[in-house]
Amino acid sequence: MSDAALLELRGIYKSFGSVQALTDVDFEVRAGEVMALVGDNGAGKSTLIKCVAGIHPMDEGEIVFDGRPVSIHGPKDAAKLGIEVVYQDLALCDNLDVVQNMYLGREERDWFQRLKEPPMEAKTAQTLKSLAVTTIKSIRQPVATLSGGQRQSVAVARAVMWNSRLVILDEPTAALGVSQTEQVLALVRRLAEQGLAVVLISHNLHDIFETATRITVLRLGRDVGVFDRDKTTQEEVVHAITAGIPTKVAGIPGTGQGAAS
Amino acid sequence: MTTGAAAVTAEPEVESLGARIRGNIRSGNLGSTPVIIALGFVVLAFALWAPNFFTPVNFSNLIGQLAGTCMLAYGVVFVLLIGEIDLSIAFVSGIAGVLVARLQLPTGAHLPGWLCILIALVATTLIGAFQGTIVARIGVPSFVVTLAGLLIWQGVILQSIPQGVIVIQDHLINDVYGYFFSDTAGWIMGVVISAIYLVVTLGSALSGRRHGIAIRDPLMLVFKCVAIPAIVLVTVWICNKDRGVPFALLLVVAMLLILTFLAKRTTFGRHVYAVGGNAEAARRAGINVARIRILVFMISGFMSGLGGIVLAARLNSVDLNAGGGTLLIDAISAAVIGGTSLFGGRGEVRNALIGSALIATIANGMNIKGYSTGTIYIVTGAILLLAVTFDTIARRVQLRAGR
Repeated sequence: MSDAALLELRGIYKSFGSVQALTDVDFEVRAGEVMALVGDNGAGKSTLIKCVAGIHPMDEGEIVFDGRPVSIHGPKDAAKLGIEVVYQDLALCDNLDVVQNMYLGREERDWFQRLKEPPMEAKTAQTLKSLAVTTIKSIRQPVATLSGGQRQSVAVARAVMWNSRLVILDEPTAALGVSQTEQVLALVRRLAEQGLAVVLISHNLHDIFETATRITVLRLGRDVGVFDRDKTTQEEVVHAITAGIPTKVAGIPGTGQGAAS
Repeated sequence: MTTGAAAVTAEPEVESLGARIRGNIRSGNLGSTPVIIALGFVVLAFALWAPNFFTPVNFSNLIGQLAGTCMLAYGVVFVLLIGEIDLSIAFVSGIAGVLVARLQLPTGAHLPGWLCILIALVATTLIGAFQGTIVARIGVPSFVVTLAGLLIWQGVILQSIPQGVIVIQDHLINDVYGYFFSDTAGWIMGVVISAIYLVVTLGSALSGRRHGIAIRDPLMLVFKCVAIPAIVLVTVWICNKDRGVPFALLLVVAMLLILTFLAKRTTFGRHVYAVGGNAEAARRAGINVARIRILVFMISGFMSGLGGIVLAARLNSVDLNAGGGTLLIDAISAAVIGGTSLFGGRGEVRNALIGSALIATIANGMNIKGYSTGTIYIVTGAILLLAVTFDTIARRVQLRAGR
């Protein structure tokens, strides 16, 4: 794991009408780590990742990716940087098979718009294998016939296949059973081991302590602390989620860091 | 699975045919198999039971009876694939008929036949684009938009034939239905179509092998490579016993090949299935969903136009009934009976041909047996109900198979 952040957000502000969703939020994630993003409902987790994914434009703030300041105006900009989001509701087409879903919207084609099926199929098999997703019987079966865990694996594999450098997972285990959750969390850890930066949004502290390297806590649209998994406890994180104090207070210099270590 | 690369890329393991069929039944993925079996039974029953049914002349008639409906049904398949409906197709096809008839009038515009056909097809495609735009960009349900279209285009037809009937004298237009190829030309077409089928089917299987993908179902592949050319050549043979291969049949087969290619082998077709399966997922994958929807309604308009020209050429005229009768119901039923899902995302172009063949065969055979139109409607309706019920159950089974 390198110490330099792959993605760094500085002073993000975002409001929807009169509702201030994000206030002066800082956030960072490094290559090779799983950064958990936690917070109560309405804390601003989803809004924050949607700003990164280019779905919502942010009002103010700076995004630094790989050491360079960048601007993200749409999902395509994010994809170009190598940022992929796996949404909570998966966004797979049930009627299409695994290969078709993996390549949806980015099909390989020749000059005549013809689909090049064999290379797509071979690459899909290879990607799934590299992620050790081996429970899927045939990559030519419709996604509708897969289990929840397998579907989640396909969604994650799709995000990884495109030379992505940062994968954001929004509640990937919310709808899964115990063993399938285990499967998906193992997959998440493998992504980080392969050198990707991973942002994991979850409500489940057990999952987070099992998977994450560091934990960022949001509360009421502000960041209230970054915790190292190895140096903190669930109680401390829960306290931050429910009663955390912003690490930065406007107008008081020197409160930018370390207030919650 | 504990083995290495070879095992992963070689999957899925080649299953026995029986296991595949069982798996398909379990996952509710039957496609058009039940309809093909039903069609076989119906043909057999009429062949034994209705005099003059199993003759080359009647076969030719049958093709004429299904050609127009089948064109419309091809378009319906695309519309159903994206989970929408187009109720205007029958009267849009009537518009195409009226247009070619009026444009060729020696006392009127007197345009050459090919130009009349071109103008009619462009017009119906634009009608599709117009209706599709309202559905896709504004978000009015397609049911209402095309229901309005049904009324509007019927009104236009009634307004534009003040004399009640226009006779089509242009030979080129009438040949769209009434031209028969010579025996030799028929055989050449049969061989060429069979050859194209073999090259494409075997070609894709072999190109898969080069990339280390096993042929999924060798038995089925061999069966298809024998059966399809056989069906094509037998069809040519039967037609040649009558007046030869009708142009309408060539049109039916050509559109089947072109539209199947479009649906299954191009990016556009893949996106059509994606929009029908999960429009939100398609949007997030960067697919321009509105564009796909508009294009699909344009295909529907174009195919309606083509069907309308075939139907007008069949009568050598258009009258106030153009696009009326059971045309709309037959075209939608054909697509659905053939196995296209009303819920979007599942179906194939060939469903339209199989479905319209079943509907036309039942009408034709019962007609020969002397049954009334009422009885034919009742039987066709019952089959439609059966097909939709089947689709609904299949969908539920498929959803359950995933959990």
